[in-house]
Amino acid sequence: MWYLCMFFHRLLDYRKAEVESLAELFLDDKDKQDKWSSLQWKLPLHHHPDSPFHYVSLPSEDVARSIANRSILVKGIYEIWGEGSSYEELEESIRSYPDERKLPYLESGTTFKITVDSFGKVISFQDQNDRIKGFTYIPFKGQVNLKNPDHKFWVMETDDYGSSNGLPPVEGRRIFFGREVGGADRSLLPTYQLKSRNYLGPTAMDAEMAFLMANQALATPGKLVYDPFVGTGSILVAAAHFGAMTMGADIDIRVVRDGRGPDCNVWSNFKQYGLPIPVGLLRADNNLPPWRPGLKEVFDAIICDPPYGVRAGGRKSGGRKLLKGTVDPYTVPDDKRTDHIPSTGAYSLVECVHDLLDLAARMLIMGGRLVFFYPVLREDDNVENHFPEHPCFKLIATSEQILSSRYSRVLLTMVKISPYTEEIAEAARIKHIDFRENHLKWLEDGNLHSAVFSPDPQLTATGDSKLGKEPKPKYRGKYV
Amino acid sequence: MRLLTHNMLSSNIKGVSNGFPLRIEVEKVVEKQVDLNADFLRNMFPKIEWKAFVDAAKTIGYAELPEEVDSSALESEEFLNKFHHALLELHLEEGALVCPETGRRFPVSKGIPNMLLHEDEV
Repeated sequence: MWYLCMFFHRLLDYRKAEVESLAELFLDDKDKQDKWSSLQWKLPLHHHPDSPFHYVSLPSEDVARSIANRSILVKGIYEIWGEGSSYEELEESIRSYPDERKLPYLESGTTFKITVDSFGKVISFQDQNDRIKGFTYIPFKGQVNLKNPDHKFWVMETDDYGSSNGLPPVEGRRIFFGREVGGADRSLLPTYQLKSRNYLGPTAMDAEMAFLMANQALATPGKLVYDPFVGTGSILVAAAHFGAMTMGADIDIRVVRDGRGPDCNVWSNFKQYGLPIPVGLLRADNNLPPWRPGLKEVFDAIICDPPYGVRAGGRKSGGRKLLKGTVDPYTVPDDKRTDHIPSTGAYSLVECVHDLLDLAARMLIMGGRLVFFYPVLREDDNVENHFPEHPCFKLIATSEQILSSRYSRVLLTMVKISPYTEEIAEAARIKHIDFRENHLKWLEDGNLHSAVFSPDPQLTATGDSKLGKEPKPKYRGKYV
Repeated sequence: MRLLTHNMLSSNIKGVSNGFPLRIEVEKVVEKQVDLNADFLRNMFPKIEWKAFVDAAKTIGYAELPEEVDSSALESEEFLNKFHHALLELHLEEGALVCPETGRRFPVSKGIPNMLLHEDEV
């Protein structure tokens, strides 16, 4: 059955991906195998793809409700009783909607509420009331209850209010009338917002994004979720909120072990919300992970925001000078071993992503998900984006978040579709040695920091960055 | 550090061929109550290297686990409770993990094992 899905006008690229992931979670196995293996979407008449209104086909109201209630970006999912380009058309449409679908929700003894909502314009209280009074042709027999109604009905309007309001273009008026099936509980966002978090780092993941990542990773009770760049634990907090067991590693021991004191560390970030603390936290290098040989397929999901060298650079074992070859390999004297602090060197993005994919290919269960951010320079607009690939993984979602005029980050969701074989392990080992031996070359190739922060070549050449480049459409939602 | 983590780790020093299981040096063990999740335990059970797990539990002072076990034990509530307790409720707060081949100590402090290698070990 088709339901209307109204999204919050935020993070436009993440909206459908979230619903699709949650469908994976709530559809039963039989449904997944036949017609619901991928969700069907369609746009309402006159609507732009960036519009908040999308029709989605789902097998049952229960599934629709479960998806909506767990989502972060779905404002509501509605069973639409009618739609039209005018209130006359809407009436005709509602009247022709089958009675057996309508009457159970109109019975006496039930309570209801009608809300008028619009996208792109505020409708005055008076106009809202007039519109509600216009629905006398629907035989409501129940009582009105504005606080806690059994059934919530929505009138939703969009129109072409002029082009300069920063919203996706609308060609003409469209009105929907529907019954709410479920909606997101965004009250968890203020609860988890970073400014209330005890222990923060410079790259702590924003709460809304962390929840979206946990949804992409299908975090649920009984699953084990791993973050190899755990930092202050901001991503794992979201996974733990959805009931998953969590485990994290970081190369910076001060962050994972000490934090800023006994009540301001990674553990306290979980206790603060009454969440179970991670089952494991350790200091380890993603480049040389300490997992025992033979250990594989143990994590249900890996979620992370790898250090890509713009706000924070990655580090790996081996000294800077050692990796450059300016000093020869040396031995740590025996009397200095106990409290020796090993040096680390820069860790390029390409190598980091290679290690991440190799680790995920080995350590994820079949069907497990790898969810991570990948930076993209926006100068490559015309070129097809090249995301990392791996024979064990299928890329199922890419969601872009624009961070500046120069670069954006894309949330990649990958599913493990084939097992980690000896051949793949061997190829990864050879690549690992290549990274080690050609450390400087790889470091330069992958230097994103200079590309993001150096002067704009176009700006310096022409004196005006606006020349020669077609501006892309901008909506408020794309930037938040 | 819980025994779950211990069961997953090995010494990955260059040249070491058998870095598992790491020997545990105990300074301080603490117990923390955790809600039992049977699904999680069933998921983890086949991944656990059982002998290393039983030995590690003994080292930190818990000797109630059976020496040998197969997946049918998961039907028993009594077994699940013991497994849960050993896997998730016992924490090595202070101590070390020692490489069985080289004797290198990986310190465990405030519950965090430090698995980072020295320059001459990578």
